[in-house]
Amino acid sequence: MRNVWIICQKELRSYFVSPVAYILLIMFGLIFGYFFWNALGAFVFESIQSQMSGRSFPMNLNEWIIRPLLSNLTVVNLFFIPLITMRLFAEEKRTGTIELLATSPVRDIEIILGKWLAAVLLYACLLLFTAVNFAFLFKYGNPDWKPLLVGYLGVFLLAGALLAIGTFISSLTKNQIIAGAVTFGVCLLLYVFGWVSGYETAAWARVLSYLSVATHIESFEKGVLDSKDAIFYVTVIFLGLFFTARSMESLRWRS
Amino acid sequence: MIKVTQLTKRYARTTAVDQISFEVAKGQIVGFLGPNGAGKTTTMRMLTCFLPPTSGTATVAGFDVLEQPLEVKRRIGYLPETPPIYPEMSTSEYLQFVGKLKGLSGADLAKRVDYACARCAVADVKSKLLGKLSKGYRQRVGLAQAIIHNPDVLILDEPTAGLDPKQINETRDLIKDLAGEHTIILSTHILPEVEQTCEQVVIINKGKLVATDSVRNLQARARGAESVLVEVAGRTGSFEPSMVMQKLERVAGVSRVLCKQQVDTRAVFEVESSKGSFVRGDVARAIVESGWDLNELRPAAMSLEEVFLQLTGTEAVSQPETPVEVQA
Repeated sequence: MRNVWIICQKELRSYFVSPVAYILLIMFGLIFGYFFWNALGAFVFESIQSQMSGRSFPMNLNEWIIRPLLSNLTVVNLFFIPLITMRLFAEEKRTGTIELLATSPVRDIEIILGKWLAAVLLYACLLLFTAVNFAFLFKYGNPDWKPLLVGYLGVFLLAGALLAIGTFISSLTKNQIIAGAVTFGVCLLLYVFGWVSGYETAAWARVLSYLSVATHIESFEKGVLDSKDAIFYVTVIFLGLFFTARSMESLRWRS
Repeated sequence: MIKVTQLTKRYARTTAVDQISFEVAKGQIVGFLGPNGAGKTTTMRMLTCFLPPTSGTATVAGFDVLEQPLEVKRRIGYLPETPPIYPEMSTSEYLQFVGKLKGLSGADLAKRVDYACARCAVADVKSKLLGKLSKGYRQRVGLAQAIIHNPDVLILDEPTAGLDPKQINETRDLIKDLAGEHTIILSTHILPEVEQTCEQVVIINKGKLVATDSVRNLQARARGAESVLVEVAGRTGSFEPSMVMQKLERVAGVSRVLCKQQVDTRAVFEVESSKGSFVRGDVARAIVESGWDLNELRPAAMSLEEVFLQLTGTEAVSQPETPVEVQA
């Protein structure tokens, strides 16, 4: 465990010593801030309309703002997660520092966990940025905090799963661009797999839809903590890290 | 300290290392010699548990590289060909990170970082970013990294590659200095380096072991007999090298005379004598008595370079698969 933390600290350092972390934070903050501002604008517009028409239209902050925003968040993930994970192994393989890690008295799995944990923590910082926006909702309105928390948990789990996949892909190549591009492609595909369920009910479509990371976020967005969906993400995390370990092993046999 | 038995590494199509066996005793400094692509790095990577061997075994301090890699890694300090540094870290941060990775902590860690910095002469760049350091400093930081946890064995892959002559000398001195406390294996394709720094040499070529012996024995072995270079000048205008050769060949104990070069009335001869006979005095007397000038007479010691070329080059092909037998 100590080794995991040593590796994790080192990774976090290199995120935060270079401009990488700050640029990601700023861009993420800007994009999410824009989404928030838009959702808020639409909410205010709708509520004025409903007042003017005389009908009292039950409007709820969770329904109108938090849920769509959490859904947007998962889409923004697709762009940011490859940027976080692409360097994890690819850079070390290119500069040769992987040889230092691999010849130190540390297990492969400790290296992998440390790196993934650092990516997760950086992502947690991004999420914290979005929480600033929601804080305004609590200041001026009274949304229910429980569904928001569950929603955050879902987004966090989803990100953890995609980060594990990104970590795996980064371990396959020396080239950061390739790692980033492939991770983006895979994440996007996993995201849109669910679309087939809209017109097809055959077994393969249901399997494809089940594999989609987007299918499992729906319950969280509604504020429902469904253990099935949580287990799905945890499984993906486990598999991603497991394959990373296999990939590191094969690096030793091949290189 | 290190024992390598029939170590082999095969890739899909090529055999990088082919049944290499050698031993290194504690405290020794061993030069791992071979042309580029001979399998030096692959062998070192197997010793450091970075690559698993296809067959054969290697043990470091009694631990097998396949069975107990963590124990082996704890006892090894490794400097790969390019120092494995993180450009965004400062020297002290980097050494602390590596130290922690090797299991040091607390006051012990701080002490070892200071020690390694002082030892490798990088204390003056402790707070500088590694990415901004010169090649020589990076190499020394790489060395500091390797000795940080006071390992029994140091494995250095071409530690002087890419340095300027002054830095090369400094690095060599540093390595020689470290030899007392650590068992060192260093790879190189620069021969004088081995002659200057190592006691023992392991020569490999195309993945195969060619020779393993002490540097001195190897030099002696390469030339069975003694040979001397003699520069002779004629006093009068007429100077016939062939006459000198005839004269020299008649000296007792001389087995062969070669005329290496001739300029005007001077010529250089290589005089080979059969093993054991000491002919220099007789040669000198023969020349002077014949009325020629003896300008120079020196032993033609064979440099390791010649030995190396002889062992790995064309001559090795004419007598293949006959590694020089090991003498402890």
